[in-house]
Amino acid sequence: MNILVFVESAEGKIKKNSLEAVAFAHTMGGSVTALALGNVESAELESLGKYGAKKVLHAADAKLNQGLIQAYATVIAKAFQDENSDVLVLADSSLGTPVGARVAAKLGASLASNVVELPDTAAGFKVKRSIYTGKAFAQVELTKPKKVIGIKKNAAEVKEVGSNVSVTPYQVSLSDADFSTKITSSEKATGDVLLPEANIVVSGGRGMKGPEHWSGIEELAKTLGAATGCSKPVSDMGWRPHHEHVGQTGVKVAPQLYIAIGISGAIQHLAGVNSSKCIVVINKDADAPFFKAADYGIVGDAFDILPKLNEAIKAAK
Amino acid sequence: MKILVCISHVPDTTSKINFIDNNTKFDTNGVQFIIGPYDDYALARAVELKENSGATITVINVGLVDTEPTIRKALAIGADDAIRVNAEPTDSFFVATQIAEQAKAGGYDLILMGRESIDYNSGAVHGIVGELLGIPSISPVMKLDIEGSTAKLAREIEGGKEYLEVNLPFVAGCQEPIAEWKIPNMRGIMSARTKPLKVVEPSTVDSGVKLQKFELPPAKGSVKMIAADNVQELVNLLKNEAKVL
Ligand SMILES: Cc1cc2nc3c(=O)[nH]c(=O)nc-3n(C[C@H](O)[C@H](O)[C@H](O)COP(=O)(O)OP(=O)(O)OC[C@H]3O[C@@H](n4cnc5c(N)ncnc54)[C@H](O)[C@@H]3O)c2cc1C
Ligand SMILES: Cc1cc2nc3c(=O)[nH]c(=O)nc-3n(C[C@H](O)[C@H](O)[C@H](O)COP(=O)(O)OP(=O)(O)OC[C@H]3O[C@@H](n4cnc5c(N)ncnc54)[C@H](O)[C@@H]3O)c2cc1C
Repeated sequence: MNILVFVESAEGKIKKNSLEAVAFAHTMGGSVTALALGNVESAELESLGKYGAKKVLHAADAKLNQGLIQAYATVIAKAFQDENSDVLVLADSSLGTPVGARVAAKLGASLASNVVELPDTAAGFKVKRSIYTGKAFAQVELTKPKKVIGIKKNAAEVKEVGSNVSVTPYQVSLSDADFSTKITSSEKATGDVLLPEANIVVSGGRGMKGPEHWSGIEELAKTLGAATGCSKPVSDMGWRPHHEHVGQTGVKVAPQLYIAIGISGAIQHLAGVNSSKCIVVINKDADAPFFKAADYGIVGDAFDILPKLNEAIKAAK
Repeated sequence: MKILVCISHVPDTTSKINFIDNNTKFDTNGVQFIIGPYDDYALARAVELKENSGATITVINVGLVDTEPTIRKALAIGADDAIRVNAEPTDSFFVATQIAEQAKAGGYDLILMGRESIDYNSGAVHGIVGELLGIPSISPVMKLDIEGSTAKLAREIEGGKEYLEVNLPFVAGCQEPIAEWKIPNMRGIMSARTKPLKVVEPSTVDSGVKLQKFELPPAKGSVKMIAADNVQELVNLLKNEAKVL
């Protein structure tokens, strides 16, 4: 089986979820080729060999420095054909998922996103994917000879299994139509831990009473090296930026640890956190529904508990 | 401007998810169906564009007759007419093919839909429709303004956003805060009853995804409660029991 992996990068570095995609492909077995686009540091590219890539292709065209859905789909579909690939693996993300859909349409491939486990290839090619926003799973069979699968965070463990490989430059002729969408500028939250990729998330709800009280959440997040999140009303009211909003209609997180403070635990919020390994809930109402979804809970006033918890964690480090 | 808005008919976000027939069928018993929340944002933005600069809005759904109340709701919110492709939506490619065909026939300037459905969460239909029509597809879109034949958009990226420009026509998968959800008013509900809803038969598609079975996640163990004056205990448990610190 020939597997092509699309690896995403940001500021020259390979994204962690793409390393998971390489690890996933490696564990599937077969021959893994990683494809990176635009500006990526060569040391980063070579290191993909460590995580299981046999071959690394780099389409370094400067026009690909920005993540353009159409242009990326063209390059990836072409590489899929040139490499005689059977399966494309990519990490589900704001770029990977829409790109994967276009690639699948170009190739006439079977498509599954939100895949949570290695495919079962004993008879046919079956994958388990998350559906109903994490409330259930579906086992689906991908019946076309070519397949595109998007994997959900934590679907594979990143491990060193090999050593550096050399990088093969890869060129594709692109048309104007591939660049009909222009990115004029971008805004990034710099320095912070990115919410979708974070291992720990500290999240606040309406119980925090106002944006002026977020320093407690931010300090705890800093101590833990965590990302900050919030409930939907909190971002709707402009207390926190929209990209921190967790839940059904916001970011779906899958951290090791999710700490929810002053969030009631509405089903739509839970839909965004139910893939977390461990959930801690701090709420002054013992009947808050979030406790039913939690591993650990404290009934109490957030303003009391936050500084104490922060100190206790600092001391434990 | 002609806008096509694609709406899915999905279980209400508070629904309990259960399966029947040996875990091969979704249990609709007691489940309320709604317009997908992301699709609802797309529709709301379309209605705003219509109010601001004039447009006609067609909504399309791929579904069996039981989706018609959901379609009528979209008409009540402000769409002018509707198309229902009479078929069970079996996978993203099937749905996208039906939409692309109707889009081709209708000649729309703008195709809006949600970033993803809330039943299968594929996030794929916009990309496939774009590819099938040979036009750009952009998702997840959190801001959309039209100036003449150009659109200015903001797309959400991990931890930030990206601003884009693109010429019409194109496909956008929408999410908040592109617009505020709209609640139909009495006049809308009355007029929706008589707005045209065309039913068309699907074209055949060689689908590449076959459902085997559904599965529910394992039940969560019960919560361990810790006294508010004993945060040290929580830290110990996180460190030694859960091993997440
Ligand atoms: C279609 C749809 C989609 C939605 N999508 C999302 C989504 O993606 N994400 C999301 O979050 N919501 C979503 N919602 C909204 C959701 O239903 C809830 O309204 C929302 O999650 C509630 O936010 P909250 O928990 O912050 O506020 P509340 O429900 O008001 O809860 C505040 C909590 O804080 C506690 N509290 C108050 N004071 C203190 C204190 N001093 N110390 C400790 N605790 C305190 C209270 O006991 C309470 O439990 C959606 C709703 C719909 C209809
Ligand atoms: C009985 C049954 C069996 C099914 N079996 C399968 C299966 O085997 N494999 C599988 O993958 N799926 C299956 N589905 C799921 C279903 O077909 C999905 O609704 C479909 O795949 C589209 O969801 P998506 O997640 O691909 O959409 P996404 O790509 O996540 O949706 C993006 C946007 O497309 C629009 N959209 C989505 N669906 C429709 C629609 N029906 N009409 C109009 N616009 C729409 C919405 O605006 C949505 O926000 C089944 C559904 C039913 C009812």
